[in-house]
Amino acid sequence: MCTTCGCSDNAKTTVTDMQTGKTVEIAHNHNHEHSHDHDHQHQHGDEHTHEHHHAHALHSHLHSSIHGTTVSLEADILEKNNRLAERNRGWFEGRNILALNLVSSPGSGKTTLLERTIIDLKEQVSINVIEGDQETINDAERIKNTGCKVIQINTGTGCHLESDMLARGLKDLNPPLDSVVMIENVGNLVCPALFDLGEYCKVAILSVTEGEDKPIKYPHMFQASQVMILNKIDLLPYLNFDVETCISYAKTVNPDIKIFQVSATTGDGMIDWYNWLKQQINFNPKTIQTKSAQPTLHRAT
Amino acid sequence: MHELSITHNIVSIVSEQAGNKQVCRILLEIGKLSAVMPDAIRFCFDVCSKNTPLEHAILQIHEVPGLARCLDCGNEFEIELLFGRCQCGSNRIQCIAGEEMKIKEMEII
Repeated sequence: MCTTCGCSDNAKTTVTDMQTGKTVEIAHNHNHEHSHDHDHQHQHGDEHTHEHHHAHALHSHLHSSIHGTTVSLEADILEKNNRLAERNRGWFEGRNILALNLVSSPGSGKTTLLERTIIDLKEQVSINVIEGDQETINDAERIKNTGCKVIQINTGTGCHLESDMLARGLKDLNPPLDSVVMIENVGNLVCPALFDLGEYCKVAILSVTEGEDKPIKYPHMFQASQVMILNKIDLLPYLNFDVETCISYAKTVNPDIKIFQVSATTGDGMIDWYNWLKQQINFNPKTIQTKSAQPTLHRAT
Repeated sequence: MHELSITHNIVSIVSEQAGNKQVCRILLEIGKLSAVMPDAIRFCFDVCSKNTPLEHAILQIHEVPGLARCLDCGNEFEIELLFGRCQCGSNRIQCIAGEEMKIKEMEII
């Protein structure tokens, strides 16, 4: 059990296809590939009967100055996740899909922002969603009601999505060519910063009901994100939230971060976010609305 | 945070490399700015290494201090946070050391 965030290796990760209602459990990459069955048991009646024979053998090795062989590994600890993330990235590129990893603390309004974005851009861009939460399919239900395809990944006690979970979710989501995949990560400003999923970029969502110093409190996340969406600005008159200070903190941590001030509830400022989104997609968004029309692909012939 | 997941990765990678040899020591390189706490790794290691070739292995962690390069003047300086300001006044700095999360070596017997 992770002492700080509650992440556990017994996490039961499940993927729910909201279209069929089918839920499957997925084996996470924490499984040990080597099951060793050395027989180090002592015979009863042995003069040196003790329970830690293994440790004892090791110590005697060390103390007898017969040193083991040192093998240089130079291995990146997150290599496995990163390798799978690169595969996901290639998968997206091959399908000309723009994938965004939405990260924030719980309650920042990620799902509301997504709902509004999907509905407002419905006629222009095909958006499908991977929902990450520890438990429940509530968010996926909300996204499903907008009419788009959604897959819910429940991480159990896990505190972030990893690239193998995303790969599994994508298989079920089966997004079309020339579309957008929004990955709503588990609400957490720490762990998701370290785990690349293969997305085009991370978009951090911060709401004005949180502290304005969040960017410097959680610098990894705001440094790993290309975009920060400051949400719930309609509530500013009722709060002591200093927007300028917040923006300067975000720029301190990440001078190149793009910032949009929006209210997903009233729609204020959403147009800037939509324009940015449309600039990132590598296909003509308008061609998506008519099913018979061939999308403009940027492919070499 | 997430050190359990990370420690599992460490045990999995080293076990794979060790084959059926016993591992008596591993050396990790963890950057001070990596968002990984060495103490939490040590705490998780005993649990994660049980019934693996790493059981009873000595865990050594080399902590790497943070180092940044200014993108404007090229000056290199130590940092204790992921962000900061160069002497020249610029806050466009790039972290060049201190975010490591590496398994440097293992000792097998």
